[in-house]
Amino acid sequence: MKKDVTGKNGCLLQMQHICKDFSGAQVLTDVNLFDLNAGEVHILAGENGAGKSTLIKILAGVHTDYAGSINIGSKPVKFSSIHEAAAAGISVIHQELSLVPTMDVAENIFLGREKSRYQWLAKKEMNKLACELLDRLGLNIDVSRNVEDYPLSTQQMIEICKALAFDCRIIVMDEPTSALTDVEVEKLFSIIAKLKQNGCGIIYITHKMEEIYRIADRITVLRDGRCIGTAKTSELDQSKLIQWMVGRELNQQFPRHRSKNGSVVLKVKDFSVADPAGKTMPAVSSVSFSVKKGEILGIAGLQGSGNSELLNGLFGTYGRNVQGNIELDGRSYNPKTPSNAISSGLSLLTNNRKTTGLVLGMNIVHNTTLAALKKYSSAGWLRPSKELETAQRHSRSLNLKSAGLSMRVDSLSGGNQQKVAIAKWVETEPKVFLLDEPTRGVDIGAKHDIYELMNKWTANGIAIVLITSEMPELLAMSDRIIVMHRGRITAEFTTDQASQEKILRAAMG
Amino acid sequence: MLKKAAKFSNSWLTSPVTRALGALTIIFVIGLIFNANGAFFKWGTHRDMLRAVSVYGILACGMTLVIIAGGIDLSVGSILALTAVCFSLFTIHKGFNAFVAIIACLCIGTLCGVCSGAFIAKFRIQPFIATLAMMVFARGVAKWISGGQKISTAVQQADGTYKYVDVTAIFNLINSKIFSDNITVVTMIFFLCLLVSWVLLVKLRYGRYVYAIGGNEEASRLSGVPVATTKILAYGMSGLFCAIAGICQAAQELQGDPEAGIAYELSAIAMVVIGGTNLQGGRGSIWLTVIGVLTIGYVEKILSINAVGEDKRLMLTGAIVMSAVLLQKTRK
Repeated sequence: MKKDVTGKNGCLLQMQHICKDFSGAQVLTDVNLFDLNAGEVHILAGENGAGKSTLIKILAGVHTDYAGSINIGSKPVKFSSIHEAAAAGISVIHQELSLVPTMDVAENIFLGREKSRYQWLAKKEMNKLACELLDRLGLNIDVSRNVEDYPLSTQQMIEICKALAFDCRIIVMDEPTSALTDVEVEKLFSIIAKLKQNGCGIIYITHKMEEIYRIADRITVLRDGRCIGTAKTSELDQSKLIQWMVGRELNQQFPRHRSKNGSVVLKVKDFSVADPAGKTMPAVSSVSFSVKKGEILGIAGLQGSGNSELLNGLFGTYGRNVQGNIELDGRSYNPKTPSNAISSGLSLLTNNRKTTGLVLGMNIVHNTTLAALKKYSSAGWLRPSKELETAQRHSRSLNLKSAGLSMRVDSLSGGNQQKVAIAKWVETEPKVFLLDEPTRGVDIGAKHDIYELMNKWTANGIAIVLITSEMPELLAMSDRIIVMHRGRITAEFTTDQASQEKILRAAMG
Repeated sequence: MLKKAAKFSNSWLTSPVTRALGALTIIFVIGLIFNANGAFFKWGTHRDMLRAVSVYGILACGMTLVIIAGGIDLSVGSILALTAVCFSLFTIHKGFNAFVAIIACLCIGTLCGVCSGAFIAKFRIQPFIATLAMMVFARGVAKWISGGQKISTAVQQADGTYKYVDVTAIFNLINSKIFSDNITVVTMIFFLCLLVSWVLLVKLRYGRYVYAIGGNEEASRLSGVPVATTKILAYGMSGLFCAIAGICQAAQELQGDPEAGIAYELSAIAMVVIGGTNLQGGRGSIWLTVIGVLTIGYVEKILSINAVGEDKRLMLTGAIVMSAVLLQKTRK
């Protein structure tokens, strides 16, 4: 028994005038036209931060306070929870799967909707039904084994099965191939073809160009929270698609003053990082590059490209799960632990100040001195007056706005939190400063301050390796850019050669 | 201007110290009302209360350290029993020099703590599990060393008869009162432990690391904080405080009881939590623990001077503990 959710002309879903803001920051502005027909694959494309996942979260009932209307079939709906969205036939398959690893396949497929007779679980019936569903996808596995026993690709199939068991007609796949091998990807595509035959509509998010042109029927592009357009795949060639994705004007001022490059300070050869989550594909595979004193090297790459893992690997975040030859300031350097990296002259501003950057419950002073605390204590005894002096100095030079330095950092705004994290690393006096998304979630004023700081550091001979998903920032601030895709370097440009189109093409493989 | 003043008083009202003091004050006022014919107005009552909570308080010092570092230590009661047994054995039966016996016991306690800490930091075993294992193990060692018997002044001879020996001087010293009988030595030891904890947590670089790890372990690690060493030391300190408490306990009871200290870990945790130190770590202070210790101490003292039966005493203590914690939540 299929739920009849098909509206006129086979239209499954329409989203109109969707607006959404997070505490004042507009994330989606009047996203329109996004509709999905039965039996089609509709690609949702756009750069990081374009608003794709926010749109999906609205559809899935995760974000419930939005403006605009959603129609399923021809019926308007407004979901107040994930469960309501699921009941309406929407299933979202995330990069992080929502299976219970310690329960078996059949139990997972029917989780929350167990078949039962007088409260007794009908285990046999569920196993049989699960087998049938998996058969439909051409998957022949033992349904009474735990999900964790199967490889990630199979787990993804199980998740799709779960969607089928719930009679979901609208299936959202958020970068489903990012963890799959080529063979597994082929399998997924054949399943997508079967789903299309069954009349399901699929919203598919990907950063990979070849996938878009293999499976898409139609493409919608989002940029800066706006819908740029929807087109049939045959009518939208690759260069036009890229233009749609990046075509924003450089409306920000990037005050990069290039400084004279000195000698090479960091030289990385054949550097590899095993996947931190334990997947077989390495996160970074034999990457080589070098950075000179006073230079800003930009590393471009979309999500899953391994650029962030590269910086973390160099900094020793993953311990010894890395390989390669590194020369730091003329000496051989081996990443072991972060504390070892810091004393060797590396600093890493992590891409998430809340989880890995700051101790939110501590105050500004204590966060500022945390990484260089040995300087502020003699024989283990802290010297609070010296700490305060330092924090005051940084507070002035970084233009930090706070009600007082004894404020806890979780009460600061994003930009000011980032400045505290920066102050902490400046205190360690690095030779090479690794910056992972230094301006993420930071307001324009603070961004400008951070750019000026980067100029100051390079003028003082510090080398900077910069990751940013904001293309204009990358182009304007970097002296040289390397592009990564699936753990490898796919292109290298000087700033004069580089353009958004070229970088994106290389980043999509 | 007015707004600023209001904000100031508001933040003062909601500060954890104020909230903890509020609970203590309420208990104290209850004591003034139900003063058991003036018994509550005598210093001796307060001195005895302090003496009664001192052993728990010493355990709570170590517990505070561990909890702020984001962990928990369930083994404190067992380590207390182990060191109490060892101390009695060394001094009464083996006739060790008191100083040597104390040092040996402190080492044993610290070693137990360092062991749990090493398993937690190096093998990433959950603190609850690692210290639970240590709790069982240390109890076993205490029973093995003592042969399951209380180690007291009645020493069994080779022929099976018992001979009573004199209590060693160190027992009498620890168990005595000083400053014209106004305070007990055990309480002074508790105060000394508080001072040491305060120095560790506030004055030393080590303390900063403890707060940082409890607040955000990953960010601390990425800032070069020696996470493993700091954690191991925190459990080691907890073990050291257990040993101090064990020595005091032995002196007070004039024996080393391998069954001593059962459920003491729960009292120590309750004292820390009532003070307002968060079980999630990264927050709290030793002074909050002092307030927690006094709160529980007064609850028990007030109930006992009013001759409330043990059944009702336990029920009331449970209810009061819950109210004190609730008070802190709702004020937030």
